[in-house]
Amino acid sequence: MPSILIVPIRPVDHAELTALVAPLSNAFELPVSIEESKYLDPAFAFDSYRNQFNSTSIITALLERFPEHSGKIIGITAVDLFVPVLTYVFGEAQLDGRVAVLSSFRLREELYGLDPNAKLEQIRLLKEAVHELGHTFGLIHCHTPECVMHSSTSAEEVDIKGKNFCEECEQTMRMTPFSTRSFPLK
Amino acid sequence: MAEKKSAPQSILIVDDELIVRESLTKWFRQDGYRVESAEDAPHALKLMNEGPWDLALLDIKMPGMSGLDLQKRLKEIDKNTGVIMITAFASVESAVQALKEGAFDYVTKPIDPDHLSHIVANALKHKIIIEENMQLREQVSDIAKATDIVGESQQIHKVIELAKTVAKTDTTVMLRGESGTGKELIARAIHANSERRYFPIIAVNCGAVTESLLESELFGHEKGAFTGAQYRRKGKFELADGGTIFLDEVGNVSQKMQVELLRVIETKQFTRVGGNEVISSDFRVICATNRDLEAAVKDGSFREDLYYRLNVFTISIPPLRERRSDIPLLAEYFRGKHAAIMHKAVTEISANAMDIMVQYDWPGNVRELENVMERAMVLAVPPAIQHTELPFQLASKAHGLQADSLAVVERAQVEMILNRTGWNISRSAEILDIDRVTLYNKITKYGLKRP
Repeated sequence: MPSILIVPIRPVDHAELTALVAPLSNAFELPVSIEESKYLDPAFAFDSYRNQFNSTSIITALLERFPEHSGKIIGITAVDLFVPVLTYVFGEAQLDGRVAVLSSFRLREELYGLDPNAKLEQIRLLKEAVHELGHTFGLIHCHTPECVMHSSTSAEEVDIKGKNFCEECEQTMRMTPFSTRSFPLK
Repeated sequence: MAEKKSAPQSILIVDDELIVRESLTKWFRQDGYRVESAEDAPHALKLMNEGPWDLALLDIKMPGMSGLDLQKRLKEIDKNTGVIMITAFASVESAVQALKEGAFDYVTKPIDPDHLSHIVANALKHKIIIEENMQLREQVSDIAKATDIVGESQQIHKVIELAKTVAKTDTTVMLRGESGTGKELIARAIHANSERRYFPIIAVNCGAVTESLLESELFGHEKGAFTGAQYRRKGKFELADGGTIFLDEVGNVSQKMQVELLRVIETKQFTRVGGNEVISSDFRVICATNRDLEAAVKDGSFREDLYYRLNVFTISIPPLRERRSDIPLLAEYFRGKHAAIMHKAVTEISANAMDIMVQYDWPGNVRELENVMERAMVLAVPPAIQHTELPFQLASKAHGLQADSLAVVERAQVEMILNRTGWNISRSAEILDIDRVTLYNKITKYGLKRP
C-alpha cells in the first residue's frame, strides 16, 4: 500500500508534524504516518560558511535511508535550507520523484520581526507540504493564483494562495502513475 | 492578433559549475519552462544553433570564453534571445558592461529566489513585447505600402479589382508587366488584403543572385553546409510560413532551380541546404516576370509543368504609356512625396513640363517617372518644376516632332491634351480652344482611340 511518510529532521516541532497528518492524508487520499524512529540529523548537510543546510544533500540522504518505501517521503525541519545557487529555499522536491524536503524556518512570523502566530505558521507549513509533495507527483508551478501549486518565494505569497489544488492540477495529479499502481480515484 | 498555440518558453543555462546548472535547471523546470544547460561556451553555441531560446542565463566568469564574449556570440546567432548575467559579488563591474552590451539584467550569486523569478518573468515579458512590436511595425509598413497604388485610369482600376478579388483566396498569382510597372507593389497589396496579412510577405529577387546562392536564400542552410556557412540560417520559404512569398523575376531561374521550385510549391516541404530535416511551411505564392514565358516554354528554357503551376491567375499590369491619363496623377504624387522628403516648397509642375511628361513613352515606366521627378525636385527652384529640369532625353523627344508636318504636330497635340485630361472631351476642347464637334472630327480624322 503506497503511503506518505513524514520524516522529522531535527530540530523540528513535533506538534506541527502531528497536525499535518490528517490534512495531508485528506489532500492526497493516502495514508500518512510520521517516522518516529528513523529521524534525520542534518549535521552532514551544514554549510558553515552560509550557516544554512543544503537541501539537495538532505534529499539524497532521505533517498538512501528509505530505499524500500513505496510512496512519497517528505522530510520536515526547522532549520534554514538552501540550494547552492540560491540564497534560500522554503523546500525542495524531486519533480516526479519520491522525496521532498521542507523547512518551517522562513514561514515563521518572528523572522520578519512580528509576533509569533502558531496558527498562521501551521497553515503555511501545510500549504508548502502539499506544494512540495505536489512536485513529487509531477506537478509544475501553476498560474492560477489560488492554486496551492502557485509559485511562492515569500511568506506573503504563501498566504495569498489556497491550500487546495486547482481543478487542472487535481486532474493532472490523478493521471500520474503512483509507483507501479495508479493513484486511487475517489 | 493571430497566435499559434504557444509551446513552453525556453531557457538556456550556461555555467561551469555542475551544481549551479543542476539546481537552476530543476528550479526552472518546476516553473514549467523548457530548460537545457551547457558547461562552457562551445556547448552553449551548439545548443544556441539548435535553438531558438527565449532566455539565456550566462555565468560571467567561466574558463575559456567569458560570459561577456559569449553574450556577443549568442546575440550574433539570435539577437532576440534575452540574456541575464550571473555574477559573483566581485564582478559587478563586468555585469554593468554586460548591460551596456544588451543584457536584460544581472543577478548575483547566490541568487535570491524571489528576485530570480521576477527577473525571469520580466525578461520573458520584455521579449514578447519586443517581438510583438516588430511584427506590428512590419504590418503597419505593409499596410502603408498597400495604399500607394496611384492612378485613376480604367486599366489600373481593372488591375486593382483583380488584385482585390484574388487577395481573399489562396490562389497562386502571376504578375506580368514591364520592368518598373509596380509588380511588387501589387503583390504587397494582394498580401495586405489577404487572410495572411498578419504574417510576413517575403520578397525574393530570383534574377539577382547565382543559382547556389538562390538555393540557400530560398531553402536556408545548415551550419557547415558550405564554406562560410558559420551558422544555421532560415530560408525565405521558412520565413514566409503563414504568409506570402513573392518570387520576382521568376522567369530567370535556372533549370535546376525550376525543378526545386516546382517541388516545394507542390509539396510545401523542403530541406535546408546540407540538412536532412524535412521542413513544412504554409505559404502563398505570388510571382512576377517580364519575360515572355510562353515563348520560353516553347523553346524549352522554362519548364512547362512549373509554368502551369504558376500561371493560375494572371494579372497584367499595363505599361505607363498605355495609361497616360495617370501620368499627371503620378507626377503630382511623386512631387508631393519628394517635396516632403527634401523639405522643399515646390508646389506645382509647370504645364510645359507636364505636357512633355505625358507625351513621353516611359520605357522604364513608373520607376523611371519617379526617378525623373526626384531629379527634377533636386533641381527645381520653388515654387514650380519647369520643363528645363527634366532630363535631356525627355525634352528632346518632346521636341522631336518639330521637324514633322503640321498634321503630325496637330495630331500629337490633340492626342496629348486628350490623354492629359483622361479623354474628357469638354475640357480638351476648352484647352485646345476649339469646339467639341471640331474635336470629335479631329479624333476621327487622326484615328485616335481612347486607351
